[in-house]
Amino acid sequence: MIVNQFLMLGAALFAMGVYGVLSRRNAVMVLLSVELMLAAVNLNLVVFDRAFRDELAAGQIFSLFIIAIAAAEVGIGLAIILLIFRNRSSANVDELDLMKL
Amino acid sequence: MSFGDWIGQLENWIFAILAVGTLSGAFLVVHSRNVIHSALGLVLTLGSSAGLFLMLGAEFVAWTLVMVYIGAVIVLFLFGIMITRAPLGYESDLSHPMSVKVTAAIVSGSMFALIGWAFLDAFGSVEFPVAEGPTRTADIGISMFTNYVIPFEVMSFLLLAALVGGIVLARQDPEEVDE
Repeated sequence: MIVNQFLMLGAALFAMGVYGVLSRRNAVMVLLSVELMLAAVNLNLVVFDRAFRDELAAGQIFSLFIIAIAAAEVGIGLAIILLIFRNRSSANVDELDLMKL
Repeated sequence: MSFGDWIGQLENWIFAILAVGTLSGAFLVVHSRNVIHSALGLVLTLGSSAGLFLMLGAEFVAWTLVMVYIGAVIVLFLFGIMITRAPLGYESDLSHPMSVKVTAAIVSGSMFALIGWAFLDAFGSVEFPVAEGPTRTADIGISMFTNYVIPFEVMSFLLLAALVGGIVLARQDPEEVDE
């Protein structure tokens, strides 16, 4: 079991999250893709924690923090999307062009 | 280490199965034309990565992932999907048109190439040190409440702020409802 197999999987997951954020039109789908990126970061943190045998388990603790903050982010993000949907009856990111000339 | 040696180890078979689950779930998330399938693809991805955490010996993180993400966040997402779009069938306008997709694929592909090159350059075929067993949850707890107690408190304050903010944002004003 080499370290790089996990790291490459995390990189692939992150790249797919980036692709989703850029290519999805619906705001809820963009949030789902952000979750993919956060999952990739979590994987990397835990892998480094185990690879360097951290005495303080810092990688695992920070991945727990990321899980908690991701939950908060989803709550706020969905509330914002809900508000946008109520005001504009659309949740598509390319139709939110109020600040465009 | 050659590929034959690598695939000869049983744990790498388990890794391969979990990796396929992770990536196919991720593909479903970014590519499905059905919103519910996307959310369930995220369940597959996170479940597989919880399996990877178990392989690495990070048991507490794995079960926290299962409980918080698969238990709560996905349910929140399904609520969000159901509130913001009533038709739950196949949709053609969930993604941008093809030109944007190609650009996004180029950007994410080059990002993967860069990160992957950096990892291959830095770690090569370094193996994990022989583990003395999974990380004990008690050790995580002791470390969190001694060395990392200030980030922990900051995070709990952030959660409180997010809770209040979520309620304030999503609540409909009583006056608006009356009008």
